[in-house]
Amino acid sequence: MNEALNDLGEYISAAHAQRVAGFDILADELIIHSTRDAIVKVLTFLRDDQNCQFKQLVDLTAVDFPAREERFDVVYNLLSLKLNQRIRVKIVTDENSLVPSASEVFSSAIWYEREVWDMYGIYFADHPDLRRMLMDYGFEGHPLRKDFPLTGYVEVRYDETQKRVVYEPVNLTQEYRTFDFMSPWEGMLRLPGDEKAEAENGEEGAA
Amino acid sequence: MAEQKIKPMTLNFGPQHPAAHGVLRLVLEMDGEIIERADPHIGLLHRGTEKLIEHKTYLQAVPYFDRLDYVSPMNQEHAFALAVEKLLGIEVPKRGQYIRVLYCEIGRILNHLLNITTFAIDVGAMTPILWGFEEREKLMEFYERACGARLHAAYFRPGGVHQDLPAGLLEDISAFCKTFPKVIDDMEGLLTNNRIFRQRTVDIGAVTRDEASDWGFTGVMLRGSNVPWDLRKAQPYDCYEELDFDIPVGKNGDCFDRYLCRIEEMRQSVRLMEQCVEKMPQGPVMTTDHKITPPKRGEMKQSMEALIHHFKLYTEGYHVPPGETYTAVEAPKGEFGVFLVSDGSNKPYRCKIRAPGFAHMAAMDYMCRGHMLADSVAILGSMDIVFGEVDR
Repeated sequence: MNEALNDLGEYISAAHAQRVAGFDILADELIIHSTRDAIVKVLTFLRDDQNCQFKQLVDLTAVDFPAREERFDVVYNLLSLKLNQRIRVKIVTDENSLVPSASEVFSSAIWYEREVWDMYGIYFADHPDLRRMLMDYGFEGHPLRKDFPLTGYVEVRYDETQKRVVYEPVNLTQEYRTFDFMSPWEGMLRLPGDEKAEAENGEEGAA
Repeated sequence: MAEQKIKPMTLNFGPQHPAAHGVLRLVLEMDGEIIERADPHIGLLHRGTEKLIEHKTYLQAVPYFDRLDYVSPMNQEHAFALAVEKLLGIEVPKRGQYIRVLYCEIGRILNHLLNITTFAIDVGAMTPILWGFEEREKLMEFYERACGARLHAAYFRPGGVHQDLPAGLLEDISAFCKTFPKVIDDMEGLLTNNRIFRQRTVDIGAVTRDEASDWGFTGVMLRGSNVPWDLRKAQPYDCYEELDFDIPVGKNGDCFDRYLCRIEEMRQSVRLMEQCVEKMPQGPVMTTDHKITPPKRGEMKQSMEALIHHFKLYTEGYHVPPGETYTAVEAPKGEFGVFLVSDGSNKPYRCKIRAPGFAHMAAMDYMCRGHMLADSVAILGSMDIVFGEVDR
């Protein structure tokens, strides 16, 4: 299984040396790192090439890493019924850049891209119908970004006097509680405020 | 008289419509009785499941999966449990696997019973729903006896299933497997050769193999179009490899073929359930690594270590090593996938839920064009849409 994936990864990278930055195999799953501008070409190749035949775009989503310079990963999950193989194509992007739309290659991308636009605010170029998908009409913000609060900003209720639904700023009777589970015994490599460790690291950096 | 171009009429279908299967708002542009364009507005049941899961520990995330497709809750927990197990690198004991498969197939029958009967009521047949729901009630009793809840089970957990089956349950399930095929036959007697049912479904909403792939169809929607593809066979998980079952496929990809596929899948599910009952091994139902699964209550009274494990599991939860996986199962509606990204903490960094109904709903416009208004109801019924999973 792993060898077949490795071969497939090498085959795709060789065919698209300019467009594919490399590939990984994580947990028996093949991940192709592509570039933003070439994504449509790569997807078309994966769909039409005789040795790939990834005819189905099963899923398209994004992941937010706010600390990074280009904060979003856009993730395309493809499935080949012929090869019985899955593949994941990833590109990076930020809030302001345009990602070429995959809707010409796979029709299922139309709604998936609408959802990603709704949830993350990633803009897809040449998309036929880029409206909000799941959120309310007239909603502001992109809720799956890491900097969007879990409770949101507005809440709705039915107002008996105005005889309609009204929007109000969210009012919490109890503060939302998040607990910090970082443990100094496992998972955490350096304690906050541990000057000694920081100093040692600094020396290493200097040397 | 000069020919006049008539502006198409816009018709609002739902969200409060019994045939909308929940909260679908469909804006239809009509040319007389013919649909020119269908624009589904979804999201009326959006609860932000993915965002909520990012703020919960892995164990706390399990119940959210019941609330997606509330017709077959355990099948979805299965996908999440498998994804977490893959990242943790743990193996589920054999008995746990068999119980899971047994309950997945019960879930499949639950789902298909609801779908077929409501589909029938949408196109004018009243009786199947009365017969089908009686059987669903029996199946939900099996759910209740295993986990205490009829719908929102939270029974499949990463590492296995929560509890072992109570005594006598397997015998009752096996008795059900004997009587249930008769009910399928009766239901088929009402529908399969019924003239009205056939007139409403044959050649309605037909999709070819290529179109089905292009739109990302999975499950019955794909098999109805003559593609023999089932994840239980193609990429087997848990103990499906050891069981014997067939995959029904349709021929024309229309609403009627999809109905037939579901009927046959129920028969195959009964077969699978019988095999599970027969082969059910003895042993633990959950992995015994108490860093991930809670210790037995009796142990906690005696052992300090067990008490600490229990406390840590239900406050902090367990940490999952950094990584990512896309794990999918064959849910009754199609491929239900979980794309899980872990950053090494006790909460998922990102948990994307791939609901089969979402892709099917996306093709609603494509499938409805050129059909009559009444056909849109048949198409919607045969798609097997539940808004809990489409809207998430």
